[in-house]
Amino acid sequence: MRVVTDNLGFLLGGLLVTLELTVLGFVGALLLGTVLAVFRVSPIAPLRWVGAVYVEVLRNMPLLTLLILVVFGLPDVGITFSLFTSAAVCMAAFAAAFVCEAVRGGINTVPVGQAEAARSLGFTFTQSLRYVILPPAFRTMVQPLVNIFIGVVLGSSLASAVGVSELTNRTQVLNLQSAEAVVLFLVSGAIYLVIALLGGAAGGALERRVSGGRAR
Amino acid sequence: MTAAATRVLFDEPGPRGRARIRIFTVIGLLLVAGIVALALYQFYRNGQLGRSRWLAFAEPAYLRFLADGIRGTIIATALAAVLSFPLGVVLALGRLSRNALLRRVSTWYIELFRSIPLLLLIYAFLLALPRYGINLPILWKLVVPIVLVNVAVLAEIFRAGILAVDRGQSEAAAALGLREGTAMRSVILPQAIRLVIPTLVTQLVALLKDSTLGYVVSYPELMKQAQNLTVYTHLLVQTYLIVAAIYVVVNLLLSRFAVWLERRLGSRTSSRAARGQAAEPEGVPQTMA
Repeated sequence: MRVVTDNLGFLLGGLLVTLELTVLGFVGALLLGTVLAVFRVSPIAPLRWVGAVYVEVLRNMPLLTLLILVVFGLPDVGITFSLFTSAAVCMAAFAAAFVCEAVRGGINTVPVGQAEAARSLGFTFTQSLRYVILPPAFRTMVQPLVNIFIGVVLGSSLASAVGVSELTNRTQVLNLQSAEAVVLFLVSGAIYLVIALLGGAAGGALERRVSGGRAR
Repeated sequence: MTAAATRVLFDEPGPRGRARIRIFTVIGLLLVAGIVALALYQFYRNGQLGRSRWLAFAEPAYLRFLADGIRGTIIATALAAVLSFPLGVVLALGRLSRNALLRRVSTWYIELFRSIPLLLLIYAFLLALPRYGINLPILWKLVVPIVLVNVAVLAEIFRAGILAVDRGQSEAAAALGLREGTAMRSVILPQAIRLVIPTLVTQLVALLKDSTLGYVVSYPELMKQAQNLTVYTHLLVQTYLIVAAIYVVVNLLLSRFAVWLERRLGSRTSSRAARGQAAEPEGVPQTMA
């Protein structure tokens, strides 16, 4: 246990980087993914193609490949970000493909008749989105989005393979210096477990809340 | 799919709407072309479009190098699949077992291994466990963690499949006097496995993605071979773009195959769906990371 208490600051710093990557990646993915979902359902064909190609490419590319391509490949074409920025961009870009499909799946579950009814009642586009389409769509989106969040938490560990000094990376560094290897891995594993479980619990609460709205 | 979602959000456009759509289509095409041109220009400006920088990959030596990587990827993925599929069934049965202890242990295992990063586990096998005398060959340092993590995911898939089998099937088996184990083995499981086959194919995509972590343990799969290649050639962006394209194409084919299977197997059980029982899950969801 000494190795953990002695290096608590170092490990917590790593946790902070992991959390930063997770939050930036997830929020970025929510924004980009929603835009892509709008692209994919828009009546404008080129936008639909862009959305479809983006989703198919990013969803089928391993995250590590994307990270390595961005971190080691892009400098070759004169595009250089800091290591952390590159990792955060990769997380967001990767998860956005999954967010897009979750959002699109949610919108697809809304019966066409409801949207048509809203429009014939004179709702504007934003009004029908806000009051008719999004509430039920959001209910079906919560669970996939929670899974994506946990995927981002776990995926952020891959940033350590390209040298970002986050939790997994620092665990591995400390492990090389100390003899109590197993304790380190247990502690880090427990931290990830807690983050994932908290994320899952928050998602569950959110889901109960949004579906509770329907019951009332 | 796309058409349906479009109809949710937009009405059939009138003449003015159609004109507007045409204008935006042209603008959209121009924007896409502009972005592609900008990317190509960026490559050109940094001298990455030179013929020699791409034609290098037509050389047999380079191709053989990458082919070796693909072989490593296939070996790692196949081993992981062969080991984790049966273990996943076992764990799913454990989670559905009548024995409370077995059920609890299985549930804990699933929760635990779905919540810790694969890479952390790989580092443990790579760096920590050898000190305690557990020093696996390199291939297994990659495959064992992949199996440990994926068994948890697969168990949930199989469990969903088992639960989706019509209740009447187990009731009929019981009425025929089959014991519970026999009923599970010869009545429920065969149907459950058929139900989840498309999802299993999608899970192959996940396994294939996981195998890229061979890069970390220095097992010569595609990602590691690509890195080894760049050490000699310094063709970083080209090599990684080609490798990324290989992964995308292979995974895309697997995903398409899963959808095709889904449709094919779905039609076979469509008579049951028509009676309003056990609605088939729509599409094949792909899990992240």
